[in-house]
Amino acid sequence: MALLAVEELTRRFGGIVAVDDVSLDVGEGEIVGLIGPNGAGKTTVFNLITRLYRPDNGEIVFDRRSLLRTPAHGIVRRGIARTFQNVELFGSMTVLEHVLIGRHARRGRRAREILGYVGLAALAHRSARELSFGAQKRVELARALASGPRLLLLDEPAGGLNHEEVGELGALIRRMRQDFELTILLVEHHMQLVMGVADRVHVLDFGRRIASGTPGEVQNDAAVIEAYLGTNA
Amino acid sequence: MRRALGMSLWVAMVSAGLAVFLFLPHFVSDFHSRDLAQAGAFFIAIIGLDLLTGYTGQISLGHGALMAIGGYTTAALIVHEHWRDVWTIPLAGIAAGIVGFVVGLPALRLSGLYLALATFALAVAMPSLIKKFSGLTGGSQGLQFLESSPSQVTGLSGKVTVLGHTMTQNHFLYYLTWSIGIVGLGVAWLVVRGRGGRTFRSVRDSEIAAVSSGVNLAWTKTFAFALSGVYAGVAGALYAIQNEIVNPLSFTVSISILLLVGAVVGGLGSLSGLVLGALFVEYLPTLSTNVSTREGVPDFIYGAAIIVVMILLPTGAGGLLRRLARPLTTWLYTRP
Repeated sequence: MALLAVEELTRRFGGIVAVDDVSLDVGEGEIVGLIGPNGAGKTTVFNLITRLYRPDNGEIVFDRRSLLRTPAHGIVRRGIARTFQNVELFGSMTVLEHVLIGRHARRGRRAREILGYVGLAALAHRSARELSFGAQKRVELARALASGPRLLLLDEPAGGLNHEEVGELGALIRRMRQDFELTILLVEHHMQLVMGVADRVHVLDFGRRIASGTPGEVQNDAAVIEAYLGTNA
Repeated sequence: MRRALGMSLWVAMVSAGLAVFLFLPHFVSDFHSRDLAQAGAFFIAIIGLDLLTGYTGQISLGHGALMAIGGYTTAALIVHEHWRDVWTIPLAGIAAGIVGFVVGLPALRLSGLYLALATFALAVAMPSLIKKFSGLTGGSQGLQFLESSPSQVTGLSGKVTVLGHTMTQNHFLYYLTWSIGIVGLGVAWLVVRGRGGRTFRSVRDSEIAAVSSGVNLAWTKTFAFALSGVYAGVAGALYAIQNEIVNPLSFTVSISILLLVGAVVGGLGSLSGLVLGALFVEYLPTLSTNVSTREGVPDFIYGAAIIVVMILLPTGAGGLLRRLARPLTTWLYTRP
């Protein structure tokens, strides 16, 4: 039984069908990649799972219960935390305060442990706004971890990072799964990262799921190659 | 060691503030205490506005209307129900808190300038609303405490005895208002310190991140509106008691704007400078008349002063205080 099951999910924006009858699943303890060209609907799927958007059709089941009756602010309590593609930080808060807002980290000690884990201990009292982009992404990660999630949704965690940082990120993602007993669903453009860390991959194109499988299977899938390289390839 | 020093500095500052509060009326004329009392009413309303606008980021240009609810609750209870004036204050706060909550509901669908405009409309409509319910509010005449129920007005005989101290009515109004103001500041501090403040500010900084961190936006926003309304209501009640009359002109649009000016000058999103914001709002009109009474000049000085303050202190008095204290706080709270 999958921890997260998305069933026949559809979401339209005006005339555009951003997510079109998509079904996908994420098993407990898995790292699953969600990939696809720009505008394929990946982030929309995230926003549907976290209830920022209401689906036009379909069902989302997490831990055997529907998510559709949970309000957006209740998602974190159900055990789902996320990061954002374009970092969403609290401009007036310090790094530590970001972590303290996570539900399970109201006490300072746990918050500091998490900051240490993502390598931000020395920056705890700095305003998150002043940090480098890479460090800001780790603040988001720390905030998500602090809520004690079972499922972590990472939206382009490698975006804006340099080659070396991407390498560290891959290791960190694998380590987090172990240390926090996480299931991870990640949207990512950086193929090397996805193919390196993901157990399975779902591929979206124009809002539809066009392939699923292990990284190796997906890389050789005709539909996927066509989606990325165009029909003439 | 450093922590102890920080603590004692803090205690020293609070004691100094309390000493000023206790002895100030004895250094100014009796009549002047009344002006200070009115500044205190503004202070309370500004704290409430700062909780709403400064902390949760919801701009209100209608706080004068919430003050009116408080003021008229007090006046109606005194004149129609013959309550003693000071006992009406809690009820005025509750009434305005409920109205604040109700105003907060449509505010959930509005933000930024749209919310500012909607609340502004409330402030504009308030005087006409008041005239409409003339049975309760006395219409354009308003409600006069002195004529209709002088026995309910504390200190009318000129002397008030509180805890064995006998004082003039003006001193009584000063101490009453600022005592409530200090308690109000303390309550606000308890609310925004720690988790409550983080929740408020998260809504202001990024709604999308706040909601994804488990913050209930609707509840937080309406709670802030209700709490802010309580402050405005108490301020309105005190304002009414100080003036011994309320009428539709007591709470005009300009009060709403003045309160926002006070909150901005005092420093949105911090509590430390709000006293200065209140004093600014109370005394700047008088000061600008002192420069020249020629027609238009006071208004010009007044506007120019606001612009100059905003350029020099974009984060208000609170921001300035924070900046001045930063070397000290950094030193105190950095582990050697």
